[in-house]
Amino acid sequence: MISDILLLAPEIVLLTMACIILVLDTISTDHDKALTYWLTQATLVLTVFLIVWFSPAAEIVAFNGHFVTDPMSVVLKITICLVTLVVFFYSYDYLKKHEIIRGEYFVLGLFAVLGMLIMSSAASLLTIYMGLELLSLSLYAMVAMHKHPVTASEAAMKYFVLGALASGMLLYGISMIYGVTGALDLKSIADFANQTTDANSSLLLVFGLVFLVVGIGFKLGAVPFHMWVPDIYEGAPTAVTLFISTAPKIAAFAMTFRLLADGLQALLLDWQGMLMVLSVLSMATGNIIAISQTNIKRMLAYSTIAHVGFFLLGMISGSNNGYAGSMFYIIIYAAMSMGSFGIIILLGRKGAEADTLNDFKGLARRSPWYAFIMLILMFSMAGVPPLAGFWSKWFVIKEVIASGHVTLAAIAVVFSVIGAFYYLRVVKLMYFDEPENMIAFKASQQMRFVLSLNGILVLLIGFMPGMLISLCLKAIGG
Amino acid sequence: MDLNLPFLSLLIWTPILGGIWVLYLGDGQEQTVKVFSLMVSILVFVLSLLAYADFDTTTSAMQFVELRSWIDAFKINYHLGIDGIALPLILLTTFTTILVILSAWDVIEYRISQFMAAFLILEGLMNGVFASVDAILFYFFWEAMLIPMFLIIGIWGGPRRVYATIKFFLYTFLGSVFMLVALLYMYSKAGSFSIPDLQAMPLSLAEQKLIFIAFFLAFAVKIPMWPVHTWLPDAHVEAPTAGSVVLAAIMLKMGGYGFIRFSLPITPDASMAFDSWMIVLSLIAIVYIGFVALVQSDMKKLIAYSSISHMGFVTLGFFIVFSIYATTNDSSGAVMALEGSMMQMISHGFISGAMFLCVGVLYDRMHSREISAYGGVANTMPRFAAFMLLFTMANAGLPGTTGFVGEFLVILGSYQSGFWIAFLAALTLIMGAAYSLWMYKRVIFGDVANEHVAELTDINTRETFILAVLAITVLVFGIWPAPIFEMMQPSIENLFNHIIQSKTG
Repeated sequence: MISDILLLAPEIVLLTMACIILVLDTISTDHDKALTYWLTQATLVLTVFLIVWFSPAAEIVAFNGHFVTDPMSVVLKITICLVTLVVFFYSYDYLKKHEIIRGEYFVLGLFAVLGMLIMSSAASLLTIYMGLELLSLSLYAMVAMHKHPVTASEAAMKYFVLGALASGMLLYGISMIYGVTGALDLKSIADFANQTTDANSSLLLVFGLVFLVVGIGFKLGAVPFHMWVPDIYEGAPTAVTLFISTAPKIAAFAMTFRLLADGLQALLLDWQGMLMVLSVLSMATGNIIAISQTNIKRMLAYSTIAHVGFFLLGMISGSNNGYAGSMFYIIIYAAMSMGSFGIIILLGRKGAEADTLNDFKGLARRSPWYAFIMLILMFSMAGVPPLAGFWSKWFVIKEVIASGHVTLAAIAVVFSVIGAFYYLRVVKLMYFDEPENMIAFKASQQMRFVLSLNGILVLLIGFMPGMLISLCLKAIGG
Repeated sequence: MDLNLPFLSLLIWTPILGGIWVLYLGDGQEQTVKVFSLMVSILVFVLSLLAYADFDTTTSAMQFVELRSWIDAFKINYHLGIDGIALPLILLTTFTTILVILSAWDVIEYRISQFMAAFLILEGLMNGVFASVDAILFYFFWEAMLIPMFLIIGIWGGPRRVYATIKFFLYTFLGSVFMLVALLYMYSKAGSFSIPDLQAMPLSLAEQKLIFIAFFLAFAVKIPMWPVHTWLPDAHVEAPTAGSVVLAAIMLKMGGYGFIRFSLPITPDASMAFDSWMIVLSLIAIVYIGFVALVQSDMKKLIAYSSISHMGFVTLGFFIVFSIYATTNDSSGAVMALEGSMMQMISHGFISGAMFLCVGVLYDRMHSREISAYGGVANTMPRFAAFMLLFTMANAGLPGTTGFVGEFLVILGSYQSGFWIAFLAALTLIMGAAYSLWMYKRVIFGDVANEHVAELTDINTRETFILAVLAITVLVFGIWPAPIFEMMQPSIENLFNHIIQSKTG
């Protein structure tokens, strides 16, 4: 039992620290919340350290099959913490610049991270659900944190209602699967699904699976469960959008993998078909609708939807390599998305968010370096070598072909070309157009440094993708 | 000479790193930027000459091979090597880049460091395309090339540059992604991305046909073949002179290189099955596009269409080999056609580059590409008129210039497969003469058309140097093409012996 608790050490420390920071935040008189901020960052670093420290050599299942620590969870947890660390770097700058800084942003963020860590390590339906709810509730509150403009409240309301609906779906699916298998932990469920020959049980399992997939689709923002994504992305403060579009996606991968691959691999043929529909619809809708957007946050929202479609390709292939491909995809996506929103934050000023495409006009004149970073990010999102985004698309498409779905791969690449158009448009605005103003940016040195690092990382992974690919393969156990 | 240098890596990374350094220098130090860029490009050219001196022309094997693991998990290697097909194209690339940098010396008025950097980086990536032996590495360079070219057309281009560059990007991107799907499919069967392995792997005819079509989409767009050529006139017209030169002289050759490195050897049976289609499309390009070129009123557009027409010769030479071999049962005619095509690619690199530079010279002075804006240029620019006459003649395929050698060999080869194909192909000599000389006549001869022409000044030393170098090259290799043939002979023969073997078994 003691060893079980040690396995949870990172989560426990994170929770404790989050509570301490919450209390400290209320009593500190610090105007720009520097204490809260730095403590939060320190907590994240400490958590990473503990994750590495307590990482077991092989898979360990604890708490009667509810909690698992395996190489995949370790990699995902570290990535989630590091991504959040960078996100907070950007956010702190944003919140200070727009004078809407509140300690709750960081505290809620830490709780969300806790939820994501639990999701990554979940070995039973209940733990998954618990982690997911902790994450979602924190995010709802974060979106709603700033009541002005009114779009933020609207976004929060929408997010909450639809999110609750999705959770309901998921829970319904979970209850059905529990009803059939009599078990909550994924291992027993997997065993049951593998062995059952009873037609009724199989039917009920598939029925439960449908609701699980709907729940997953909602959380990922896959078409046709994507309605909330653009409104939330546009309505929420950029710092929150930045957070929503990065780390939680990685956690969503964990959830998808645990439920479908760990738990219900036996129903591969069933969920493969469902995901295929979601994937193609997402790629089509996301890429096509993004073309007509004028607000860059909204454009990136549709681009996320399209990326989710690509991400699902790896899951569809149903092999360990495929899952590793999805994992790789989502990590690269988080890095790119982080950078893009970082640039939006960099360009914004107090009272004027730089969230329309026109704000990017002539950026190459105003700041060649950050225009170059954005150029890297946009081409990377479009999937053009020599950038990281190429390898992530390459990886999932490769696995889809390896699993025999060549037509699906052909559809995917066509949509990636359609998608390239709106990324090119951002480059066009930055490089081919004249700037509307030459106002200098207001951003801290740290922010500038981290943002540059972010962009260069995307470029470097493009040249040396081998290490990260091997890491993902090893994490999945392929 | 045996220097034992990693030539190919140097050819790729020297210009790229040089380009990054130029970017870092920034626009403040204009003169340094220009001189440094020129020096880098000369250094790279010297390196490629050294590689040529070291090159063994008696074997078809890959030379200067470098093999390092790149992505272990999927056996993707940083695998470089060149044979007699790639080497001439690399030499062409390094040679052209010097001229391009020189041509932009006084012409580009803004963001000069970015301009130079774009061309240097582009040079490195193009060398990478020709030097890759691993298909993924090839694809990596192939696609990466689009980024600098996209920026070159978009930033320094003409009034409709945005339309042209986005069209260029999306068109070529769409073609290429299908090639990626084909490569990944073959990997799922063969478990390797090495091009020799892909060339050796057995494939059923049905598979080959689909793979061929995927390759066709990539390479036909790039070279470009009728009817997927429409991006080219737009891109050429809007691109700055230097961009047009690189586009015409080198980037189009990538399509041809793709056909000869991928389509023919990887899918020989499908190539044979589709050869009549390819021949028909090539002939349409040669004849129909020739007529289209005739009616152009914009000089750059005219040369762009003439490029498409000339590239028709290249594809004709590549795909007619099967029917030549079938009729004569002798390899010499087919090998001749292949060599003719290769020669045509290299020669077109010189000539089209020169033609675009000539238009660039006029455009820098008059800021118009319309033929009707000119007339009687010979009166004010006699030296320029002389050079342009030579290139126009070469473009029309005059014996004694490189333009003749390739076309002649392809026509000669295709005669063995059938009179009518050779007849239609030979029409190009008339068509080429018609559109080239007619344009020349309207621009250069006659009375001075207007006061702008009257104020023209003849070419300066820099421009004279560029055009003279090209003129010498066109003449020397037109009269004595042996070194080029020597270089590629073993590789072409090896290729031919490979493609007449069925892979379906």
